[in-house]
Amino acid sequence: MAPEGMRFVDEYRDREKAQALAANIATLVEPGRRYGLMEICGGHTHTIYKHGIEDYLPEEVQLVHGPGCPVCVIPMGRVDDAIWIAEQEGVIMTSFGDLLRVPGARGSFLDAKARGADIQMVYSPLDSLRIARNHPDRRVVFMAIGFETTTPSTAMTVLRAAAEGLENFSVFCNHVTIIPALEAILASPDLHIDGFIGPGHVSTVIGCEPYRFIAEKHGRPFVVAGFEPLDILQAIQMLLLQLREGRSEVENQYTRVVPWDGNQKALQAIDEVMEPRPTFEWRGLGWIPDSAMRIREKYARFDAERIFDVPATRVADPPACQCGEVLRGTIKPWECKVFGTACTPETPIGTCMVSSEGACAAYYNFGRFTRLRVRQAGSA
Amino acid sequence: MTQRTEQEVLERIERIRRRRPRITDERITLSHGSGGKATHTLIDALFLEAFRNPFLEPLEDQAVFSVGAERLAFTTDTYVVSPLFFPGGDIGDLAVNGTVNDLAVSGARPLYLSAGFVLEEGFPIADLRRIVASMAKAAEDAGVQIVTGDTKVVQRGKADGCFVNTAGIGVLERPVRLSAAAARPGDAVIVSGPVGDHGITIMLARGELGIESDLRSDTAPLTVLIGLLLDAAPQTRFVRDATRGGVATICNELALASGVAVVLDEQSIPVRPEVRGASEILGIDPLYVACEGRFVAVVAGDEAEAAVAALRTHPQGAEAAVIGRIADDPPGLVLVTTGFGGMRIIDMLVGDPLPRIC
Repeated sequence: MAPEGMRFVDEYRDREKAQALAANIATLVEPGRRYGLMEICGGHTHTIYKHGIEDYLPEEVQLVHGPGCPVCVIPMGRVDDAIWIAEQEGVIMTSFGDLLRVPGARGSFLDAKARGADIQMVYSPLDSLRIARNHPDRRVVFMAIGFETTTPSTAMTVLRAAAEGLENFSVFCNHVTIIPALEAILASPDLHIDGFIGPGHVSTVIGCEPYRFIAEKHGRPFVVAGFEPLDILQAIQMLLLQLREGRSEVENQYTRVVPWDGNQKALQAIDEVMEPRPTFEWRGLGWIPDSAMRIREKYARFDAERIFDVPATRVADPPACQCGEVLRGTIKPWECKVFGTACTPETPIGTCMVSSEGACAAYYNFGRFTRLRVRQAGSA
Repeated sequence: MTQRTEQEVLERIERIRRRRPRITDERITLSHGSGGKATHTLIDALFLEAFRNPFLEPLEDQAVFSVGAERLAFTTDTYVVSPLFFPGGDIGDLAVNGTVNDLAVSGARPLYLSAGFVLEEGFPIADLRRIVASMAKAAEDAGVQIVTGDTKVVQRGKADGCFVNTAGIGVLERPVRLSAAAARPGDAVIVSGPVGDHGITIMLARGELGIESDLRSDTAPLTVLIGLLLDAAPQTRFVRDATRGGVATICNELALASGVAVVLDEQSIPVRPEVRGASEILGIDPLYVACEGRFVAVVAGDEAEAAVAALRTHPQGAEAAVIGRIADDPPGLVLVTTGFGGMRIIDMLVGDPLPRIC
């Protein structure tokens, strides 16, 4: 992009290395065989489209966009509950930026803000803590979402609030866990996935060991990958090599960041503050046992669900929405009945269209041309 | 129903995208002010619908009309920025340069400006003095006079310190007719300097990110630079300053208005390392970040080299570059070939660029 290089970024975006990897990938593919590879994490989906990685892949390799977009999988009922909390007397609701546009049944945070709720964007839960400190007369709630990547920072923030004795800060906890979601996907009968590109950031926390059942019980190769385009190409190469050699193992492409055993301190912080919920609803996937975290009794005074009389709204996914099938790789985004017509990034119906990391939104925003290009091949 | 092919689905989407937008929201949200799709819907479905006339209809940054023998350009803009003072400028020079630039991009020589102030009760006079002084300086630098004005004070809490509106009039002395609808295949797309400086400076100046840098807003009048461009490339089709919504939004407007494809080359787009770094951290694309002293121009392909050479003779245009070209297909879309060697669509933003969580 810029004439000057950017350390620790540009090394992983080198065009010549990409071409070499692509050439090697092409040799690993059996002509005519279809390889469905799921990238679990929304960050990967984003990289794939932002850099046009599919342009480097042979036709046989099809990327399936998985459930790892934290903004996408939050059910509409939880968004409605969060808006309900935000509208209570004296509340300041704080949220990551990309959640602001996610619609519940009663609109999004942005709509609630326009109706008068005090909703502020933060970059970290520690920003919420600062707001709580500066507004002792207000009740400051952090809308906590995300996989194991963001869970430790929420847990650490609760610990810090406890240490400071801040009583006007609480967390509306919507943290989810990746393994039960993968189990749910692997259990579906119409699964078309031959291997997984594993989530890099989640794995910095939980390590690589928890994925072993996927390789051993389900016979699918699993490669934990980084977020730069060369990381993803290399992970694809490693997956194809395993398939070629008939192996199914857990491998770590992202060794510069991910330790095999994860981050014990982060896991301890989570375990101190949170416990698994018996069950939790995922947009597109339904109710999945043990798939989310809640605040432990010990820290109840920081738990917005206990402090506020949250209505626990349940909203069914719209019937036209086929997000579940997209997330399982059964259909491609464009095969959904409402894709791009009733369901667009401006008026999303389903989970996969709400965040730019969602499979459908990424395909709509960045990927459409990859297909249109076929038509244009001569003039480009 | 027979199985739809991917191609049919994609073509249907493109048809839907070309339909006139409708307002479905019940209230104004911040998205309506972001310069992206929601802003366009509001302008198209509400303002244009009510005010429709041939001068407004092209939705350029200024209206161009004749009075007697003279062709005049007329524009207005309202400035709300937080913080009011930031590295490289303040709301005052922003308000003058922005309106001067909206005139200059039509090929006009800006002449006279108005200035309207909405002030919040309790706003420090010293701050207002500073803002007015920088407006005076910016007006002098741009060769315009502020010849009329207005002041309103509202109760505390009803405004955020100080809002400024400016309107401006300029005269077109060249026989140019620049328009977003004038681009044609084979033309070159030029940017006058590094993109995103202003927007990232403002984000960092808010202090929420805890990042320090020497980055400064690029706010500046573009009159001289545009003069150089028009001298060197007399067949210039279109010039627009890349403010709200950035280079990406301009290119989308261009692609739609001209019915062409805009194909950008990511590696030739000048972006400062600080801007790139902050954008990487925030998960936003510098192509969508606002500039206040940069323009995007479309020039005839055979005049591109001369245009860039002319721009580079001026300090403000030292990093001017050809960043892409106009193609005929697929019409209405903006594409970028990535540094990595792939390709992606650059769509109009849905709302403000929001940081991603992972």
